[in-house]
Amino acid sequence: MAEPKVKYDRQLRIWGEQGQAALEKSSICLLNCGPTGSETLKNLVLGGIGSITVVDGSKVEVGDLGNNFLVDESSVGQSKAKCVSSFLQELNDSVKAKFVEEYPEALIETNPSFFSQFTLVIATQLVESSMIKLDRICREANVILIFARSYGLTGFVRISLKEHTVIESKPEHFLDDLRLNNPWLELKSFADSIDLTVQDPVAHKHIPYVVILVKMADEWAKSHGGKLPSTREQKKEFKDLLKARMVSQDEDNYKEAIEASFKVFAPRGISLDLQRILNDSSSEVDSNSSDFWVLVAALKEFIANEGGGEAPLEGSIPDMTSSTEQYINLQNIYLAKAEADFLVMEQLVRSILKKIGRDSNSIPKATIRSFCKNARKLRVCRYRSIEDEFNSPNLPELQKYLTDEDSSGGATFVGRGAMAPPKPLNFHIAVGIYILLRAVDRFAANYNSFPGQFDSATDEDIPRLKSAAISLLSDLGCNGTALAEDLINEMCRFGAAELHAVAALVGGIASQEVIKLITRQFVPMSGTYIFNGIDHKSQLLSL
Amino acid sequence: MAETAATQPSRSRDLDKLLLRPGNLVGPRFEPSAQLRDDVQNHARVLVVGAGGLGCELLKDLALSGFHNLDVIDMDRIEVTNLNRQFLFRVEDVGKPKAEVAAKRVMERISGVNIVPHFCRIEDKDIDFYNDFMIIALGLDSVEARSYINNVACSFLEYDSDDNPLEETIKPMVDGGTEGFKGHARVILPGVTPCFECTIWLFPPQVKFPLCTLAETPRTAAHCIEYAHLIKWNEAHGGTAFDPDNPQHMKWVYDEAAKRAELFGIPGVTYSFTQGVVKNIIPAIASTNAIISAACTLETLKIATECSKTMSNYLTYNGSEGLHTKVAEFERDKDCLVCGPGVLIEVDTSVTLQKFMNLLEEHPKLQLTKASITHRGKNLYMQAPPVLEEMTRSNLSLPLFELMGKLSKDVIHVNGMTNKNNQKVSCLRKLRVTFKGVDGVTDMDTAGGA
Repeated sequence: MAEPKVKYDRQLRIWGEQGQAALEKSSICLLNCGPTGSETLKNLVLGGIGSITVVDGSKVEVGDLGNNFLVDESSVGQSKAKCVSSFLQELNDSVKAKFVEEYPEALIETNPSFFSQFTLVIATQLVESSMIKLDRICREANVILIFARSYGLTGFVRISLKEHTVIESKPEHFLDDLRLNNPWLELKSFADSIDLTVQDPVAHKHIPYVVILVKMADEWAKSHGGKLPSTREQKKEFKDLLKARMVSQDEDNYKEAIEASFKVFAPRGISLDLQRILNDSSSEVDSNSSDFWVLVAALKEFIANEGGGEAPLEGSIPDMTSSTEQYINLQNIYLAKAEADFLVMEQLVRSILKKIGRDSNSIPKATIRSFCKNARKLRVCRYRSIEDEFNSPNLPELQKYLTDEDSSGGATFVGRGAMAPPKPLNFHIAVGIYILLRAVDRFAANYNSFPGQFDSATDEDIPRLKSAAISLLSDLGCNGTALAEDLINEMCRFGAAELHAVAALVGGIASQEVIKLITRQFVPMSGTYIFNGIDHKSQLLSL
Repeated sequence: MAETAATQPSRSRDLDKLLLRPGNLVGPRFEPSAQLRDDVQNHARVLVVGAGGLGCELLKDLALSGFHNLDVIDMDRIEVTNLNRQFLFRVEDVGKPKAEVAAKRVMERISGVNIVPHFCRIEDKDIDFYNDFMIIALGLDSVEARSYINNVACSFLEYDSDDNPLEETIKPMVDGGTEGFKGHARVILPGVTPCFECTIWLFPPQVKFPLCTLAETPRTAAHCIEYAHLIKWNEAHGGTAFDPDNPQHMKWVYDEAAKRAELFGIPGVTYSFTQGVVKNIIPAIASTNAIISAACTLETLKIATECSKTMSNYLTYNGSEGLHTKVAEFERDKDCLVCGPGVLIEVDTSVTLQKFMNLLEEHPKLQLTKASITHRGKNLYMQAPPVLEEMTRSNLSLPLFELMGKLSKDVIHVNGMTNKNNQKVSCLRKLRVTFKGVDGVTDMDTAGGA
């Protein structure tokens, strides 16, 4: 057997040992193992998920051989769940694979407690009514739920849980935490100890830009009543002052300083996003609060007191032109301040834990440390229940999508970089798909089959689907809005087909969201992702 | 549409709904029928370039989307680190050629599919090999490889006298790429949509550290590693090339980097990080590869059948912060050296092949050296192998006009070396040669002088 660490090397570089451990500890339940569910689970099994249980009551048919890689000739007539789970077992023998030959609808009706044993449930190809029931069950049991569906060239993915908090959100582009606009004592002293007017040209061009900017900002503030450059003219003047200090054209450190001067002009303190989290009612903690909110409560206190309006220092600095010695010294100053902030936070956390009646050591040091490093990047994701969304979707948003008034995205690039004005119809198809995917379920409830499911009925089904869609729109409060006729026809044409390529795509997206949810790293998607395989203008709808 | 006979359930039960039924949002020449499905199955040939993370997914997706005649080409062997996403391979397969194992596994599971594996480099195939395929699907991990295939596919493209691409010479490509949670999928129809070269500016240049930083003022772990890898190795092993796949070489670099880091007080040098920097390891997971390959497969199906509207023409995907997908419509560079009608070169009928080759070197847009030239499949001059070089050497002193059959103008293809980002790279270029003073009629009487 391959050494587990090496096999997972390429993914460990993304989510690290802790993320991998979280995956290996979790147990997943899959409902329905057609291609959509099978492909979702395949990706997770390859990644080393702890255990899987495949639930499906159907038998393998000849038609399944044409769209599902996880069943083969020899399994025709056998339980599909059994077949898929044994292929998955073969794919990764460190995963524990089980199957249950039952229709998910039956389990949902008669055995809801079945779901409480799992970390997460992946529910594929369920209709509206089952989605609502399962959602209630999982919310009760605190089990993460994710829906995925493929329908012809369309599909959707929707996460459902009350709240998901992320400390390690790992955003791609996030401003470093240099505090050039608000240096603390040790940083200021270090800057003071360095002479910008040093004669030696090599030394002159190896002073790190952080030092240059801290000194220049201080000089400016002294002659401007303690304030930093704020108007356009002032910012230009500041940059000119920097330029004037260059003694030759090849001084990269000064060029970096000029480029980074916007960090001096940036407002002090914390972002609006973080402020919103601090103001959330969950930050008033009690014994039921999660560790995340206890940490947020401590953060709130820190910012109001020792932090002086700032979050704990992140502690790392980007590479910059500098002598090795000055760079290392600078690095150590940032690390020391981050450590000091961490120690204060640690005390705050412990005292809050005591106050709410919990063991003051119940949140590990490592967690507090990680929280401090990531304090500016915290994310809180909340998801409406399926029932709420289905019965009362966000009407203004729905109408915006239906009329396509706010057409952002889908611009045309002409040549290199120039853009033509945005094209309309970017949300129109996606929201049409959203409505129609619910309308086909209503249709099925009435006629016991999906529109176009059988060749003979396709023509009659078109007007029936259309009226199901119209009545749904009316129920939701959107009378009179029309859906594209072409789209209605296409949905009938699809006849509830589960195409492999669409299933693989939708399954790929669902599996990726599962990874983010379980590792608690990176940010899961919000809202409902509507896959539009017709022209690939897929959209996220926030209803 | 007649109902399928109950006694013979269709394997392509789901695909049939897409290919046998008429639709509204479809391509202009969509002809729904069992014939269409059967044609795709029996006659459409698709080449999958690469049998790695994307390639494995592509083979599965294409086979389950009605394509039963596939070829796959990959020069690599299976490694343990592939196993977290290249699902056609097992531990026992480590060391075997990817293309062969991938083909075998898919054929085992999906009956009726025929996949021909090619365990070799893409450059080892004749250009004509690529012309046998209806569509080429790319699952590559390098800019150079993409460029090569793009050059080849675009070399088939011909234009009419109004500079419109001739449809039957368009070789469609579907190209996918991934990195961690990000990826892209694009459709390339040479002459119609931008080719890889038209949008080469999309790819940012690779990060290189300044030499003085590595040598004098290292600050980060990466600096220490690259110093050991790029500078110290040659000093200590002058003559032996560094082999990133040799664990002893890698360990040597790691030890040297660690020593240097300790000397300068720099944290962060680990063996894993050293590997990452030296090999330029790109983190990779199954899900992103699955998404991108599936998108590519859908487009391949649409190109082959027109069963739906196509993506126009570049999809980007990012799943690290929420979920972002976007389709951008890029436009062609009309003057593209690869997919354009070809650089126009006007010469006298007296110009010899040798003189012509000198002109190519001096031409500001081309700067082509070591040229090998073909005209309508005929070798005019070949730099290699020695046998061919000897055979075609005598052509060098002959007038190009005669070698090209005394046509007043025609397209030739030139393989050679050119400069890109201060590096010499190989390239294939299409040239339109017109001869001064010759009218459109190829007349024996107007033969050029010596």
